[in-house]
Amino acid sequence: MYKILSKRVLANNIYLMDIEAPRVAKSCEPGQFIIVKMDEKGERIPLTICDYDKERGSVTIVFQTLGESTKVMANYEVGEYFADFVGPLGRPSDMVEEDIEELKNKRIMFIAGGVGTAPVYPQVKWLHERGISADVIVGAKTKDLLILQEEMESVAGNVYVATDDGSSGFKGLVTECLKDLVLNQGKHYDRVVAIGPMIMMKFVCMLTKELNIPTVVSLNPIMVDGTGMCGACRVSVGGEVKFACVDGPEFDGHLVNFDEAMRRQAMYKSEEGRAILKKEEGDTHHHGGCGCGGDK
Amino acid sequence: MDRMKRVPISEQDPKVRAGNFEEVCLGYTAEEAMAEASRCLNCKKPMCVTQCPVTIGIPEFIQHVKNGEFEAAAKTIAKSSALPAVCGRVCPQEVQCEGKCILGIKGEPIAIGKLERFVADWSRENNIDLSEVEQSKGVKVAVIGSGPAGLTCAGDLAKKGYDVTIFEALHEPGGVLVYGIPEFRLPKDTVVRHEVENVKKLGVKIETNVIIGRTVTIDQLFEEEGFKAVFIGSGAGLPKFMGIPGENSNGVFSANEFLTRNNLMKAFKEGYSTPIKLGQKVAIVGGGNVAMDAARTALRLGAESHIVYRRSEEELPARLEEVHHAKEEGVIFDTLTNPIEILQDEKGWVSGMKCIKMELGEPDASGRRRPVEIPGSEFIMDVDTVIMSLGTSPNPLIASTTKGLDVDKRRCIVAEEETGLTSRESVYAGGDAVTGAATVILAMGAGKKAAKAIDEFLSK
Repeated sequence: MYKILSKRVLANNIYLMDIEAPRVAKSCEPGQFIIVKMDEKGERIPLTICDYDKERGSVTIVFQTLGESTKVMANYEVGEYFADFVGPLGRPSDMVEEDIEELKNKRIMFIAGGVGTAPVYPQVKWLHERGISADVIVGAKTKDLLILQEEMESVAGNVYVATDDGSSGFKGLVTECLKDLVLNQGKHYDRVVAIGPMIMMKFVCMLTKELNIPTVVSLNPIMVDGTGMCGACRVSVGGEVKFACVDGPEFDGHLVNFDEAMRRQAMYKSEEGRAILKKEEGDTHHHGGCGCGGDK
Repeated sequence: MDRMKRVPISEQDPKVRAGNFEEVCLGYTAEEAMAEASRCLNCKKPMCVTQCPVTIGIPEFIQHVKNGEFEAAAKTIAKSSALPAVCGRVCPQEVQCEGKCILGIKGEPIAIGKLERFVADWSRENNIDLSEVEQSKGVKVAVIGSGPAGLTCAGDLAKKGYDVTIFEALHEPGGVLVYGIPEFRLPKDTVVRHEVENVKKLGVKIETNVIIGRTVTIDQLFEEEGFKAVFIGSGAGLPKFMGIPGENSNGVFSANEFLTRNNLMKAFKEGYSTPIKLGQKVAIVGGGNVAMDAARTALRLGAESHIVYRRSEEELPARLEEVHHAKEEGVIFDTLTNPIEILQDEKGWVSGMKCIKMELGEPDASGRRRPVEIPGSEFIMDVDTVIMSLGTSPNPLIASTTKGLDVDKRRCIVAEEETGLTSRESVYAGGDAVTGAATVILAMGAGKKAAKAIDEFLSK
């Protein structure tokens, strides 16, 4: 059993939790993820690692309520337990293995979309601790959905905010913001790391291909075990089939078949939608669309 | 009573069971078991024992059953096996113990598997304590994986007095017994969980949600946690795909994913959150036991279920009993047929499967006749779900994170056959991680041999 040590609402429907999991915390590296299962009847939900404290033995997760399971999860309180919490899963980011001196000469831009800000944070923090300041574009629909702003600013070089409605920072999409920085403001980047909804990563990759900037993305396909034994998370990268849970989750964004990945991600959409509707029937507190975006 | 004929065993009616997940075979009653046991000739040189990978004292336990001494029978089996309720159900006895039974020459061999199952079920229902262990040695041994190999190795070491911890990557121990073999062949809550509990009663600790190679490495287990030996029983869980066009269409699953969703995550049961999506017509590609399990599961979820196999029915690698059960339940067999492309609709879902007819050519290296395509025989099978059941290979995670651990070109861990010793001192391995996908009982046999070797090594 894995205890919830703290809980914070970061924005509407976005939650942060510190989970007591000493073994996982001890081995965490940036870029990896965990799988949580709430109780006996729950499903296995993959979530990226937002932070970790090896001494305290805790792992920080951030999640958005999208489907039935994440909604139930949001109702868990401090002191309660999750039945299962396994990780760290997937390969750490390539930068963990890279030569630090060489990394110091690289100008890296992170692009975080929505709740994707959470997995970007440990990477930027990891670089910061090694004296490297990376730039970050944080994108959100509107100001109220921006998360971890202070935390990000404390570890990043320049933080650019882009909101769809212009309520904070640049008005427009993250891609437009990047284009503006590179083409109008003369910024130069050697590498882009984009993490967020599949559609955002796709458009970032289309742009960076044009701009000729190597780009890493962190994919979030459907998963079951997360250890390579089922292939639910398979994606096509450079024409080859890869399992995101063991070969990834990070891949060369210019080689990923995003259209196929998005199609596969939506495979259970109607099931998720039905599960939510069933749950909410007769419940007066929640109503409205199903919101099952699927992009956890 | 005809000594040459088996006491028949009752099964659920095929029409009824095709619509539920209850166990197919209902098992012997005490009277039936005693009658079947009385057929045993109690051979001086029992051939059956030589064919059992864990060398159970078969005539001895059967004589106890014959006399109605079921507790003594259970204790006899417990000396050699920690998982009799499992083995009695899933071992391919026809090629093992029962295959060499002397009665099988002129008549039907003794139903050793069914008797073993009876004894195990009886001792569970009567709470027989089988947890005899030697005095604690205070020496720590780590076992990686809680499948049949790991459970057996851990059980044997615990009986010898070692302090054993099993590390399991999934949230539930049992390996293929919980995620692979379906409920209707091997009930989880009663049978599997109980056998795992029996191993725990021997003092074995099981840590779930620990992935060796990610959560902690083998080197850390030695250096930071004080383990003196490690047994790797991590299995062969990596599914193979065909590599044909359209294989990433929505509605194409590996048998592992399909069975894991259904067996481990209980997608078929009301109240469980994991979804499963199945169409009206399902093709299972492959002919092994896993393919039969997937086909029979698909049938129970309400689909028309087809086995698509490139050789003829004679070459099906699945157990005869399973093929027979599948047919009785209504699984359709499309043999000498091989998929060449998965077709998809405009939304990316499976809309059909392009296949080609095959004929059998010359025997290949393995002695089986090689299937050859018949030119111009392509046709489209009308299916909306495809389950690939082409076999599995070992997961490379442990080998790639453990220095000095040799693997062969199939990614199987290299280990000595008699001891399970790997290229690393104090590290042993067995089961599918070494052999590639094989059977439950062979994995148990390997776990047993390794436990013996580890005990000898640590006693030096």
